Amino acid sequence: MEPLYTGSYHVAKDDYTSAGHASADIKRQLKQIGVSGDVLRRVAVASYEVELNLVIHSLGGDLTLNVYPGLVELISSDIGPGIPDLKMAMKEGYSTASEMARSLGFGAGMGLPNMKRNADDFDIKSTVGVGTTITMGFHLA
Amino acid sequence: MVTVLNAKVLIGADKLDTPVYTACCSDLMSDVLAFVDEKTVLITGLTNPHVVRTSEMLDLKCLVFARGKIPTDDILESADEQGLVVLATKLTAFSACGVLYQMGLRGVPVPTQWDQEDKK
Repeated sequence: MEPLYTGSYHVAKDDYTSAGHASADIKRQLKQIGVSGDVLRRVAVASYEVELNLVIHSLGGDLTLNVYPGLVELISSDIGPGIPDLKMAMKEGYSTASEMARSLGFGAGMGLPNMKRNADDFDIKSTVGVGTTITMGFHLA
Repeated sequence: MVTVLNAKVLIGADKLDTPVYTACCSDLMSDVLAFVDEKTVLITGLTNPHVVRTSEMLDLKCLVFARGKIPTDDILESADEQGLVVLATKLTAFSACGVLYQMGLRGVPVPTQWDQEDKK
């Protein structure tokens, strides 16, 4: 099915200055479409977390927003390095973030669990040396 | 809140009547992002742009910078654009929390991994 609205954002590795701009825009676009309240906040939080993950952990990637009737979909797709231990990565408090990320208030090991908690559907696939793809769905009431 | 914290109002002097019902205190924005509640005041010692971006994502209404820290003008400008109330207090984060708790503010109930484990 063709999405009603689609938007794509490139997120660069280590670009801490711009981190959050894509999510702020995603939030604005959704607000214009008429998404509000709890769902909007959950999408915004998950989007910000996944965007930060791209900055902190990936070699760069893309964040895509798709809006379908009754569903908001966020897809994060990066070009590596991939997650060696997904089970550990999904655990709250487990983090491999750099000192730089930590000094800015991130890298507490809450990112992936928080995305899972906020999204209605959550899927993560990762291959070391290839990359990670996270797909999240949010149901519109 | 301004009085008990002996705070400077950096942004939003016209919005001081905005109600807040809960509070959270953290320098970890990752943790703050788990406190999804718009009527929450955030007390923090961290003064980088991500504090304001995190607030934007969560629709928070009020930020309190502890220990006399004042964020830079560009950070305050983006807080202003969002319609936030921004306060600065000389108190440490711990003491700021203490006086706000005494005033009746309470923490946000946060889901933890323990809850899931307890259910098993």
